[in-house]
Amino acid sequence: MEWILDHLDDIKSLGLQHVWLSGVPLLLGLVIAIPVGWLATRTRWLRGILITGSGLLYTIPSLALFVLMPLVLGTSILDPLNVVVAMTIYTIALLVRSVVDGLTSVPDEVARSATAMGYTSVRRFFGVDLPLAVPVIAAGLRVAAVSSVSMVSIASLIGVDQLGDLLIDGFNRKIAGELLAGILASVLLAVAFDLLIRLAEHTLTPWRRVQQGASA
Amino acid sequence: MAARAAGGQRVIVDILQWLLSPEEWSGEGGILARLLEHIAYTLLVIALAGLIAIPAGLWIGHTGRGRWMVTVANALRAIPTLGLLFALTLVLLPLLPGASAFIVPSIAVLVLLAVPPILSGTYSGVEAVDPAALDAAHGIGMTGRQVLRSVEMPIALPLLISGIRAAVLQVVATATIAAYVGLGGLGRYLIDGLAISDYVSTAGGALLVALLALALDAPFALLGRYIVSPGLTGRTRRVRRPTTDPTPAGGTA
Repeated sequence: MEWILDHLDDIKSLGLQHVWLSGVPLLLGLVIAIPVGWLATRTRWLRGILITGSGLLYTIPSLALFVLMPLVLGTSILDPLNVVVAMTIYTIALLVRSVVDGLTSVPDEVARSATAMGYTSVRRFFGVDLPLAVPVIAAGLRVAAVSSVSMVSIASLIGVDQLGDLLIDGFNRKIAGELLAGILASVLLAVAFDLLIRLAEHTLTPWRRVQQGASA
Repeated sequence: MAARAAGGQRVIVDILQWLLSPEEWSGEGGILARLLEHIAYTLLVIALAGLIAIPAGLWIGHTGRGRWMVTVANALRAIPTLGLLFALTLVLLPLLPGASAFIVPSIAVLVLLAVPPILSGTYSGVEAVDPAALDAAHGIGMTGRQVLRSVEMPIALPLLISGIRAAVLQVVATATIAAYVGLGGLGRYLIDGLAISDYVSTAGGALLVALLALALDAPFALLGRYIVSPGLTGRTRRVRRPTTDPTPAGGTA
C-alpha cells in the first residue's frame, strides 16, 4: 500500500500509456469491424472467409504478434505502433463475428418493414440494422476490452512502457507492492472500460428502456 | 524507406535460415525439444483444467446451482495474465524445491487460465438445452443421470469443444510468456532472444509459436464438425443463440 502511495505519479503516467495502447485499438478495431462484418453478411462466400480468417488471426499469441509486427510494418521493435496495430488486429478478429451475429439477429419483419417504409439500403443499415445490432456488438466489445487491457501488459516484455512495467519490475525486484499496484491498476482500467461500453450501449438503445418500463 | 525495406528482407532471410538450419533443431535446447515441451505443457494443462472444469460445468448446468462460480471465473479474466503469473511465482517460490519452484506456479497459472473458458463452455452448452427436450427425456422415464449423459452432454458438445479450443489457444500463448519465470518451451526463444536483443531468434520463435497455435487449433475446428451429433447440425440448430465467440461468456467482468 505504501509503495502505491509513494509512486502515484508513475502509476498515473503508465496508466495513461495503457489507456492509449488499449483504447485506441478498441476504437480502430470497432470502426474497421463494422464495414467488414457488414460485407460478410451481404456476400455468402465472403462470410466464411472473413469469419474464419479473423478467427485465425486471434489464434496468434500476443507476444508472438508483437514481435513479428516490425517485420510486417518495417518499424523498430520498440515502436508502440507495433502494439497498437497488433491490438487492433485482435479487436477486429473478435468483433467481426459479433457484428455479423448482431446484424443477422435483426428480425426479418423489422428489416422488411423498414424497406416497405421506403428506407434505402444505406439508410436502413445506419437507421435500423446497426442500432438493433448494438447489444450484440457491445457484448463482443466488452470481451475485447477486458482481454486488451490484460494483453497490453505483455508489451512490457518487448520494452513498450505501460502498466505492465510495474508487474515486471515488481517481480524482478521482489517488490510485492509494485506488483500489486500493477494488477490493481490494470483491473480498475478493465472495469472502467467495461462500464464505459455499458454506458454507451445504454445510451444507444433507448427503446430497450421503453420496453422495460412498459413491462414493469 | 528503401533502406528499411532492404533491411527487412535481409532479416526475413536470416529468420528463415535460422528456422531451417539443422543444428538449431537438434539437441537438448533445440527447436524440436522446445516444440515438444510446449506441446506437452499444453496437453498437461488442458487435461488438468478439463478434469476440473468439465464436471463442474456439467453440474452447474444440470442442477442450475453454483452459477457464481462461472461469474467468478469470468471476473478473473480482468486480472492481467502477466501479473497473475508473477504474483503466484513470488508466493510459491520460497515454498518449492529446485526447478519445481518455476514450473509448478507456471502450470498452476496456466490451469487457472484454462478453466474459465472450458467451464463457461460446458455450462452454457448444458444450459442452452431446449427445456422441451429435457421434459421429453424425463417423460420417457430417463433418470437425471441418463438425461445428463444422453441428452445434455451431446447437445452441449459444440460449446464445450469451443471452450476447450479457446483454452488451448490461451495456454499456448501464455506458456510463451511463462518462459519469463523459467518455463521451457518455445517461449525460451522469445524471452532469451529479447534479453540479448537477438531479433532473428526472437522472431523465429514467435513464428514457431504462431504456427503451433494454428496447428493446434485446426483439429478442434474439424472435431467440431465431425464429433457433433448429426441431429444437432441440421435445421434444428436454429435454437442456438448467436453467442459463439471464442469465449462463450456472459461478460460479467
